[in-house]
Amino acid sequence: MTQPKNFGFGEDETMLRDSARKFFADNCSADKIHSQVAHNYDIYRDIESIWDKNLWSQICELGWTAACVPEEAGGIGMPVVAAVALAEEAGKAAFPSPLISTFNATFALRACKSDAATKVLGDIATGTSATLAMTNQKGSWEAQDTDVAVTDGKLSGTAWFVQDAKKVERFVVSASTDKGVGLYVVDPSAAGVQIIADGIIDLTRDQAHIVFNNVEAIEVAAPGTGDKALAEALPAILCIISADIVGSGEWLLQTTTDYATVRVQFDHPLGFFQAVKHPLVNVMLAVDQTKSLVYNAACAIDNEPEQAERLARMAKSSASDMAVFSSSRSVQFHGGIGFTWECFIHIFFKRQMHNHVLYGDAKYQRAKLADMLMGKAA
Amino acid sequence: MSDAEKQDTPEQAEFRTHCQQWLAENHPGQPSVHIPQGALELSDPAALQWLKTWQQSAYDAGLIGTDYSKETGGRGLTGCQAIANQEMQKAKTPFFPNIIGLGMAAPTVYFHAQEAVKQELLPKLLSGEHIWCQGFSEPGAGSDLANQQTFAEKKGDTWVINGHKVWTSLAHFADWMILLCRTSKDDKYNGLSYFVVPIQSMIGKGVTVNPLIKLTGETGFNEVIFEDLVVEDKYRLDEVGAGWKVAMTTLAHERGAGLLTTPAAGGMVMEKEKGAGIGNAMSLIDLAKQSFRNGKTAADDGAIRDSIMELMIRQEGFRQNQRRIGVKELNDHPMRLPLQFKLVATEMSQDIAQLAYEIEGASSTLYVNDEKAVAGGQWQLAYMNSFGVTIAAGANEVQRNILGERVLNMPKSK
Repeated sequence: MTQPKNFGFGEDETMLRDSARKFFADNCSADKIHSQVAHNYDIYRDIESIWDKNLWSQICELGWTAACVPEEAGGIGMPVVAAVALAEEAGKAAFPSPLISTFNATFALRACKSDAATKVLGDIATGTSATLAMTNQKGSWEAQDTDVAVTDGKLSGTAWFVQDAKKVERFVVSASTDKGVGLYVVDPSAAGVQIIADGIIDLTRDQAHIVFNNVEAIEVAAPGTGDKALAEALPAILCIISADIVGSGEWLLQTTTDYATVRVQFDHPLGFFQAVKHPLVNVMLAVDQTKSLVYNAACAIDNEPEQAERLARMAKSSASDMAVFSSSRSVQFHGGIGFTWECFIHIFFKRQMHNHVLYGDAKYQRAKLADMLMGKAA
Repeated sequence: MSDAEKQDTPEQAEFRTHCQQWLAENHPGQPSVHIPQGALELSDPAALQWLKTWQQSAYDAGLIGTDYSKETGGRGLTGCQAIANQEMQKAKTPFFPNIIGLGMAAPTVYFHAQEAVKQELLPKLLSGEHIWCQGFSEPGAGSDLANQQTFAEKKGDTWVINGHKVWTSLAHFADWMILLCRTSKDDKYNGLSYFVVPIQSMIGKGVTVNPLIKLTGETGFNEVIFEDLVVEDKYRLDEVGAGWKVAMTTLAHERGAGLLTTPAAGGMVMEKEKGAGIGNAMSLIDLAKQSFRNGKTAADDGAIRDSIMELMIRQEGFRQNQRRIGVKELNDHPMRLPLQFKLVATEMSQDIAQLAYEIEGASSTLYVNDEKAVAGGQWQLAYMNSFGVTIAAGANEVQRNILGERVLNMPKSK
């Protein structure tokens, strides 16, 4: 199979992206996000999950969560690039919501190809939020590693590093059985579920570890198929996180070049000095390389699936490096003000630091790629 | 059927078939003389002649200048040069020797010369009968291109040119030169004018060409001295004082951001340099599997593996950037990606060659004059030559100024 020249980014995808741009411009200015999530600078503040449920309802009504749910499950059935474009805009706004997590859960459920999963996807299409609970305490991003086990159809154990756990209405949990890993959908209010919030750097997200104690669950991928479903969904998940990074990277780039144009030192705006100008150009190169790699990988998922993992790992490697680079340069070139809580940069800086590691950082992706393309090292 | 083929119009599809058939029957095969890595490294007249014969045959078959008008020696087609390029590169042909003529002089002449001059010069340029060179750089005008001191003075109906050009690739073989020079000392930018001037035929009559030796030991570029060279007024492109504007056409095409697609062949590898895969990050994998570093196979070294993957990612990103240029909806600024081309391409090739060098470990010390050199020492040569392109055509530091100012709207550094 080959890819369409335009990455599958056609009229419908453009319209959806442009409506998202308008939505974020109208509702999520950086100063609004800042006053919302950064109202308390106390380093030992109580752990909170801050987000605007009203905005979430609005985007569900706009059909964003339905975009990549297949038509037969009640969704719109758009290609992965549609979700990528929405994630990019969400990243540009540092939008606190379960959107990214719900997309990731959507792709995992799609890969399950079971009636039970289709039913959950139908709920997502109408605005039910969800997240993946698939990481163990050691922070493994490998699909087969989980600290949750199934006994007599019930879940026990702990899922770690679960994104947006305090916001969502469904968990998609990977759990081991003697026949291999399965996937299970759990209602956060079910008996035996304990959500213990993590204190995290990123102000625009929440994260938790979830303790399951003999919890009722719906099996959406049978034992022995859950890890395969997660592996199949992985390229899309990597694309979604990378797209969020691209959006945040672009915001940091634009905001910092704007600042370099107005802030005067030594009789010139900062951008006059090549020590500032050239690294900002390098940030642009990194953002553009990543953006192209993300759309390429997302397009591959729908059109060239045998290439998807390779291309998505390339995208996430590029994205993770760019997350660090774009955010570090932005703080540095804002100078003294960039080092303060009142400057909006830290919101995006922290989101990039968080995104950088999700589903594997750059070095991890390159090690996986090297194993794929060069064979394992002796 | 490839993705590119699916998008062909009927005219383009017919042309592609023509290219494929012609190339299947007329690929010149392995050369009898040593061919260097690129046209800018040409120093052996026999190699030049072999390549000129190839360019002439490709021109006669209609694979060069396809998108130029019939009156100027082209085929009068639309969007077909890119197809010819794809097919020639797929067929791994030799490159064209008249690289500066095709890539820079031809579009500049096409957009700025009088009709009669176009008809006089372009057919022989496209066929490779005439080799062209570029007279832009001077001892005091490198990256600061507008600081031209070569002066053209109007005397009656003709111009008299005096000055000194340097780093002039191919001038030792060139018949013609595109020349940027000063016609007024009153204004840095508006005091510039643009000419095409005969070189070969005027040696000893106002033109002197002296070779410069590159750091690799190769020749390929020169200094050109003008002493009262007389040039007809018809060889002035555009208005007197419009030289900077005309030069922008040249530079846009040089940076791959021009209106006309440059005819470009290539991909042929000399038998004894096979496996080098110069310029391609993918070839580093085989190189690493065959090379030893510190007594161990390079492909098992975690740091080397990481670096190879990093470059393969950059290479894929570069390819996908070129693809994304064609998708308007995914470009918020139309020049943002096109203006990155030269910078990204040249730094990537440099880093690929540099990593190859590192992969080769102790053997990386061996050069082209040692039979034990890995891949004929071509990676070492490629690394050293890579500085030619990171410096030429506006050093990459200048490219970063251009991007910072024109795309990111930061204040001018000068």
